[in-house]
Amino acid sequence: MIWNREAECMQIGEREKLQLERLKATLKRAYENVSYYRKRFDEIKVKPADIKSFKDIVKLPFTTKTDLREGYPFGLFAVPRQEIVEVHTSSGTTGKPTVSGYTKKDIEIWGEVMARALTMVGTTKDDIIQNGYGYGLFTGGLGVHYGAQRIGATVIPISAGQTKRQLEIMYDFGSTVLTCTPSYALYLTEAAEEVGIDVKKLKLKAGCFGAEMWTDRMREEIEKRFHLIALNIYGLTEIIGPGVAQECEEKNGLHIFEDHFYPEVVSPDTLEPLPDGEKGELVITTLTREGTPMIRFRTRDVTALRREPCKCGRTLVRMDRITGRTDDRLKIRGVLIFPSQIEKALLEIKGVEPHYQIIVTRPQHLDELEVQVETSKKLFSDEVRHLEETRKKIEKHIENAIGLRVKVTLVEPKTLPRSEGKAKRVIDKRQL
Amino acid sequence: MEVKQISVFLENKKGRLWEALDVMAKAQINIRALSIADTSEFGILRLIVPNPEKAKKALAKSNFTVRENDVIAVGVPDKPGGLAGILKILTDADINVEYVYAFVEKSGKKAVVVLRTDSISKGKTALKKAGVPVLSAEEVYSL
Repeated sequence: MIWNREAECMQIGEREKLQLERLKATLKRAYENVSYYRKRFDEIKVKPADIKSFKDIVKLPFTTKTDLREGYPFGLFAVPRQEIVEVHTSSGTTGKPTVSGYTKKDIEIWGEVMARALTMVGTTKDDIIQNGYGYGLFTGGLGVHYGAQRIGATVIPISAGQTKRQLEIMYDFGSTVLTCTPSYALYLTEAAEEVGIDVKKLKLKAGCFGAEMWTDRMREEIEKRFHLIALNIYGLTEIIGPGVAQECEEKNGLHIFEDHFYPEVVSPDTLEPLPDGEKGELVITTLTREGTPMIRFRTRDVTALRREPCKCGRTLVRMDRITGRTDDRLKIRGVLIFPSQIEKALLEIKGVEPHYQIIVTRPQHLDELEVQVETSKKLFSDEVRHLEETRKKIEKHIENAIGLRVKVTLVEPKTLPRSEGKAKRVIDKRQL
Repeated sequence: MEVKQISVFLENKKGRLWEALDVMAKAQINIRALSIADTSEFGILRLIVPNPEKAKKALAKSNFTVRENDVIAVGVPDKPGGLAGILKILTDADINVEYVYAFVEKSGKKAVVVLRTDSISKGKTALKKAGVPVLSAEEVYSL
């Protein structure tokens, strides 16, 4: 199902024209109304009028989270504060949070792109959406909420947490669409058993999961346990929140709503643009945001862009699922690895639960990588020999995947922390 | 009916063995025999109890990883060379023993030996053929 056929299936040349027009208007507004952008443009002697085509975009400076903090809290607003009707902030785990300001029109656009995303997973006005994303300064909850309202579906604004109640409401209300982080979805499937809810009797048909990295194995696990189609959503507070891109049922990458968000992929080392299909850091320029326009915002998320036509009929460019963060890369004994590589290898082994934790230490000037894996019923044996073999098998498998020696530790089930929001998979104890 | 043994995965953490046994105590389950295999990181607690199903449920409910499997229990005369005689039978029949543990019956006349051979049925056959009294589940649970 397609929410906005005109926008989502637009002829590519036509869309490019629209994008360029919108880019020029955005640059003009940003330059004239935001002193931060004016300063940055002036420093490198670029005027908005110098940007005549998308080839010229490389002349523009990048914007980073650190840059945004300089303008904290309202310095990046491109309209008078009175026109801002809502604000959201990033989690602020790495310092002062960044503030995103929305005008009335920005909220409308957010509702529009989220309506497209929810429709893409199969939501109609007849559905009951259980919205397990947090409501508040975090964009997840309200983003889904606005999209659901636009479609006219029934939304249960339950937010994250209260697991027992989540499951009871899911059962009693007959929720058909679940929106939350994938790790929380998995946790819910586990908890259902404990609460005594028969997942077969739930009416769930689709899940819109995002806000953290996950893998196809996790998808299979959620789909198998909850009997639904699990699709990936992408977004970030600085750009708008969820609804920047959404995966369609082809499960072949996420369609970026590029009439509102212009994507580029650049090398994280040289910052040079990379050709389609090559992995690098995703950079986004907003094309319609009024409150806080973003110019070449470095997302730190690693992906690749694909322009081959999609069977779903949308002409929107697709991005691969996020496979890492450029600031999350672990350098172990000089080798760069992404935690997702370990996860992928781990989940290829039968019987391994998708609950693990990576611990990095440096006991004697040498990095040690430990992966803690929960011992499932399937892995356990009454013989020490078998358990040791299982442990070594997992070690070998991860070693083959990442080219680094690891130590695997088997831990008791349900001892690794479960999260209601983003799962913390890596604990770096090195004092670097 | 085969003699069932319950095994429990234990992380090598302070108080973990007590916690597992406390679950048994609270569920009013009397332990007939017990052994622990340990490595530097984890241990495997093996138990023979009169009601394995109940024990399994109680442990699983408290988030322990539990497994049930068959073992062989034999009665051995409580005197020097008793256990050696049993192992000789299995060695001669080319049967590998994964692990073994023993306990002495209340009357003190007999020791009960729990054996895990790579094939339970082959082990049982060999012992029976040699005239060793292989105990039934009922006999073991009611000791």
